Amino acid sequence: MAGIAAIAGWWLSQQRLGAKPWLEEGVIVDFREGTPSLPPAKIGLGVFLAVVGSLFALFISAYSMRMNMVDWRALPVPRLLWFNTGVLVTSSIALQWAHMAARRNDLDGVIIGLCAGGASALIFLVGQLLAWRQLSLTGYFVTSNPANSFFYLITAVHGLHLIGGLVALGRTIAKVWRGAEMTQVRLSVELCAIYWHFLLLVWLVLLALLTGWTDNFVDICRQLFT
Amino acid sequence: MVDIPFDTTAGVAPAEVAEVELYHPRSWWTRYVFSQDAKVIAIQYSITAMSIGMVALVLSWLMRLQLGFPGTFSFIDPNQYLQFITMHGMIMVIYLLTALFLGGFGNYLIPLMVGARDMVFPYVNMLSYWVYLLAVLVLTATFFVPGGPTGAGWTLYPPQAILSGTPGQDWGIALMLASLILFIIGFTMGGLNYVVTVLQARTRGMTLMRMPLTVWGIFTATVMALLAFPALFVASVMLLLDRLLGTSFFMPALVEMGQLSKYGGGSPILFQHLFWFFGHPEVYIVALPAFGIISDLISVHARKNIFGYRMMVWAIVGIGALSFVVWAHHMYVSGMHPYFGFFFATTTLIIAIPTAIKVYNWVLTLWRGDIHLTVPMLFALAFIITFVNGGLTGLFLGNVVVDVPLSDTMFVVAHFHMVMGIAPIMAVFGGIYHWYPKVTGRMLDDVLGKFHFWVSFLGAYAVFFPMHYLGLLGMPRRYHDIGETSFIPASAHDLNAFMSVAALIVGFAQLVFLFNLIWSLFKGKESGGNPWGAASLEWQTPETPPGHGNWGKELPIVYRWAYDYSVPGAARDFVPQNEPPAGLLAQGAHP
Repeated sequence: MAGIAAIAGWWLSQQRLGAKPWLEEGVIVDFREGTPSLPPAKIGLGVFLAVVGSLFALFISAYSMRMNMVDWRALPVPRLLWFNTGVLVTSSIALQWAHMAARRNDLDGVIIGLCAGGASALIFLVGQLLAWRQLSLTGYFVTSNPANSFFYLITAVHGLHLIGGLVALGRTIAKVWRGAEMTQVRLSVELCAIYWHFLLLVWLVLLALLTGWTDNFVDICRQLFT
Repeated sequence: MVDIPFDTTAGVAPAEVAEVELYHPRSWWTRYVFSQDAKVIAIQYSITAMSIGMVALVLSWLMRLQLGFPGTFSFIDPNQYLQFITMHGMIMVIYLLTALFLGGFGNYLIPLMVGARDMVFPYVNMLSYWVYLLAVLVLTATFFVPGGPTGAGWTLYPPQAILSGTPGQDWGIALMLASLILFIIGFTMGGLNYVVTVLQARTRGMTLMRMPLTVWGIFTATVMALLAFPALFVASVMLLLDRLLGTSFFMPALVEMGQLSKYGGGSPILFQHLFWFFGHPEVYIVALPAFGIISDLISVHARKNIFGYRMMVWAIVGIGALSFVVWAHHMYVSGMHPYFGFFFATTTLIIAIPTAIKVYNWVLTLWRGDIHLTVPMLFALAFIITFVNGGLTGLFLGNVVVDVPLSDTMFVVAHFHMVMGIAPIMAVFGGIYHWYPKVTGRMLDDVLGKFHFWVSFLGAYAVFFPMHYLGLLGMPRRYHDIGETSFIPASAHDLNAFMSVAALIVGFAQLVFLFNLIWSLFKGKESGGNPWGAASLEWQTPETPPGHGNWGKELPIVYRWAYDYSVPGAARDFVPQNEPPAGLLAQGAHP
């Protein structure tokens, strides 16, 4: 949240908010015209990521408020999650590769990158499902403890966002397949890559939270507030 | 003119802002039903919002009948009364006001006011409306499921929201939460559009500081909504899981109907934090577009430039930022730490400063203006009075020591109806009377309009002004029947009956308004393109109602701000935003 406020503040400071419009008649050369402007889709994605970011930030604050109650029994994190994390990192790297290939106009590279990214994202999702299964087999059901509920909920929300991303990725692959223009492909691939990096970042934060690495940090924050 | 840091005489080519690829409707269906044109979507949003709003209006009649004449209407039992309260609040706040201001006014006005052809993502915009409609339908469905809609109060506090004993415990609450989740998804799609359109699709010369305040209000409110609605989303998802799967996010261990329930260890306070982290910004999500609309109405109908434009913009942004750090003032009685209460009381009172700046600036705009008491102006004046009224009681309630005895009384009900019920609705009506000629090409009938205004305005005061006194007496809110008490005198019951009669009359005045909307569409006086003589860009379209793509071949070029009224020496008493300065006109530029 503070991050978003900082970005908003920085953006506002760039906007000539001190202008006195009632004195200024005539054509104003827009600051937008001097710089190469960003495509609307990219800004749209940026705003969307801010929304998703605040969604996860709120889940995390709910988690950290809840975890200091007496009945909280942290659940053992399945080893599988580490493997999954590795797969997600691969996925992100593959999309970055596709993005760089798109810049070089290397169509084969784009296709390989996109497909590899999509496949490893799918493996990640399957891995997450397996992790759920392992947990429920060992008796950690959704309802047995709030820690479990949060674990399932947060991983599910992250997975759903990834599925949404896979839809966009699928459309991009279809576009490349049909042989769309390189400029369009370049933008779509870049947007996918940005989204993937963002989800990877969110996942790393969530993983740190779920494995209890951040417990001390959360404690410090709580001390500050009380 | 004072020194200007840039050349006013140089000509420029028409706007070459990257144009949005317009989609072109091919059939009646894609033109009017599955349309991607922001103007059609705006009208769809408005009609849906007003229809569901009529349902909420009828619910308020039923509540008032019960409160005014307890025991007379046997068909309203306590459970139903609670359901009416819940649905009335939920519909009015979210499905009517939020959708109407952002989906209705936002969609119609943003592209026209910033000089764009359409929203930047028309397809997503269309989806946004259909998801919203689905949310409304799911909400309506709760009236017809076994057990009826939920009666948990619009705040849906757990644990009572999902325990037996609260009406609508089976289906009502689950569908309500599902509907909220859908609404938020739909809104996010629309909101992305509004923000990116304001950022990216402004025409040449339309700097941020030349945008009309309506756009500033809607833009800031949208940014806030995009950041605040996720909190409601999180709360709804978790509460829905508590209800359906039996998790214990919010549900503490408790005894239900003599049996230990399956829940254990959840935190109801956590829900309150999440809910109000959304809930308080929501007040300003509704208020900021109203602020913007009122600023424009006052400036146009008083033929004067808005006083302190810069301050108005800063105040809008300041209010938007501050409203995220005041949420816990809704929770003073939840047993929070006293220092917490102190912090939130302070931030709450600080918000009064930018808000007061806005009120002063409106009044100073009126000062020595050429005030035309048209119907939009009447509603704008009513807004200012009502907002000040509700704002002042807000200062009372923002203080912990005053809030504690008053909380959960009718005083609170009176306060929030004044500040976020009556006041924004006045802005909505003012906006509709003002922009209806642009939307339809015809004027709304003036006599019916004045009738509508006076009955609504005086009637609303007859309903909500006495309510403050009832609250001070200690009359609690959400009670089906007060019954015999030692502290509420018999005269209070007479007052209640009076308020109920007034509420019925105000309700019927809204039917006159609906009649006016439909009748004027066919029989209203032709308005022409710019009946009010307004300077902002939406009144300068080549066609009225604006055609597909809004502008003719070329996008307009903006040469000035939106408030050049009664400029000394100008030929007319307003100068449109796209009229070139004199030097350019001489060179043959055309407006």
